[in-house]
Formats: sequence, C-alpha cells, structure tokens
Amino acid sequence: MRWGVVVFPGSNCDYDAFDTLGRIFEQEVRYIWHKDRDLKNIDGIILPGGFSYGDYLRSGAIARFSPVIEEVIRFANKGGIVIGICNGFQVLTEAGLLPGTLRENVNLRFICEDLYLRVENNSTRFTHLCDEGQVLKIPVAHNEGNYFAPPNVLKELEDHNRVVFRYSDRQGKVDEISNPNGSLNNIAGICNKAGNVLGMMPHPERRCDPVIGGIDGQVIFKSVITAAMEMAK
Amino acid sequence: MTIYVEILPKEGILDPKGRTVKNALHQLDFPMVSNVLVGKLIQLEIESENVDEAVRLAEQMADKLLHNSNVEQYRVVPVEGVSK
Repeated sequence: MRWGVVVFPGSNCDYDAFDTLGRIFEQEVRYIWHKDRDLKNIDGIILPGGFSYGDYLRSGAIARFSPVIEEVIRFANKGGIVIGICNGFQVLTEAGLLPGTLRENVNLRFICEDLYLRVENNSTRFTHLCDEGQVLKIPVAHNEGNYFAPPNVLKELEDHNRVVFRYSDRQGKVDEISNPNGSLNNIAGICNKAGNVLGMMPHPERRCDPVIGGIDGQVIFKSVITAAMEMAK
Repeated sequence: MTIYVEILPKEGILDPKGRTVKNALHQLDFPMVSNVLVGKLIQLEIESENVDEAVRLAEQMADKLLHNSNVEQYRVVPVEGVSK
C-alpha cells in the first residue's frame, strides 16, 4: 500500500507512524503537510498523535480546518483507509468523520502507560487478523481520551458493532476498574459506518518493534495491509 | 466592539474540573457551593459598530469553531468598556 502520514504543526507521533509503516511493514510511505491538498496516489492515511496546533481551543478543533482535512474527508468518503491515532482520533471526531468527542480524562491526569484492549469486532479491515476477543497490550499517552457520545449515537455504535476496541484488563474483562479515563462503555476505538475510518486513542504504532517492548500493534497494520491486498486481487 | 463568547460544559455532562474545584471550595469552608462548571471565555474584538451584527457573527464563529455542541454550550455577550 501507499501511505500518507499527515503532519500538523505540533504532531509528534508522525515519525513513529512513518517508521512503523516504512521500516517494519516495508510500505511506501510519505509525509503530507497539513497545507497540502494533493494526496497523490495514496491508499491509506494516518492522522498521527501529538498536539496539533498546540491543542489550543480543543484537541483537534483547529486541525480540523486544515486544507489537508478537506482532502482527507473526500478521500474517506470515497472509501479510502483513514486511521486516526490519539490526536488523530480527536481530529476525526472534530471533522465529523467519526461521531462523539474525546473529553478530558475523568481523573484529570495525563495517562501514559501500557493498557490492555479487547478486540470487540474482529471483522473490520483493521482487525480481521485478530482472534475474537483478543487482548492487545498497547500504550496510551493522552489527556483527552474520555470518549463521550450522546445516548442515541452510543446505541448506534453498539448496535452496529462499530466499537472496535474497549479498555479491559489482561484477561479481557471490561469493567470500571479497567477504564483508564472515563470513556463511555470503555470505548478505546471506533470505526465509521462504512468501515474504512478507524479512530483509536491507544498507539499501535508504538508496539510494532520488539526492541521497544512488544509487537501487539502489528496485527492492526497487518490486517489493513492484507485486506488491501485481497481487494486489489 | 468587544464580544465575549462564554463556553461551559453542557448541562448533565460530568465536568471533572468543576467537580474538583467544588471539592476544593467545600474544603475552604464554602459548603454552600452546590455546583461548579469550569469553561472558557473567549474575547473577540469585532470591527463592527452594530451590536446585533457583531453578536450574529460571534454566534456563527461559536457554531463553526469555538464550541463543540456535543459537549459544550455557549453564550454570546456584548461587553461595554472593554474595547482597547
């Protein structure tokens, strides 16, 4: 696949995503500056973590009006793969590509640690290589990861299996204790209705190289890449 | 023309900052405080002599960018005497 990693002023996980795709998965990858409108021939886009525009006003609120986001919306609406990680997830909600809002963590702490995620839906393009209910150990690093959506939106997400990942314990038990930030229904990641846009607070790109502590994040990128290869056949 | 856009968490949505401030106030012998919401105040200088027009523009800005209707509510307030 040919990937683009969007870079906003204040992005700081762009290189992690670039390195993971390029070095670990040997994908063709390039950066896309936030003022760029030409996505060229790209098959997948990563909106990386960080603090786009310093998180001024609200996380993702200003990035959402970057020129590149108009193109990302167009790309997503045509079925292109878009993955928003952490701040990228916040941008996707502000842009309306995913529902809900990431609010301040309920305990008002910046959380930076390895957490467990249970794969809730292993039939998406992002998770089809996961076992049902597989538990992944993936780090989070955020201050605004508290997923909120009004009851009707939450119901639609749940009814249509659009919750892709939930915070859980090591055994996959989802409860209040395993909820790090107050997210409704322990939501850590969701996808859009068409299934081509994923937003998640945890950082799978930081768990793809065994040198830095594990490879649980690999399955997500592998899933996307294999799904794209299947579709291209 | 100076306009304030006052943004607060929407009613019924848990406000962790407000709750923390309320607890602190209770500890400081202000038990009469029953609720606190912590929001933000945005001060706009709008080049217009017409208050209604300035308010309308500020509302457009609030709807488009300044607030997130999912979790926040806002109020636009024209301010006298703040302009530079």
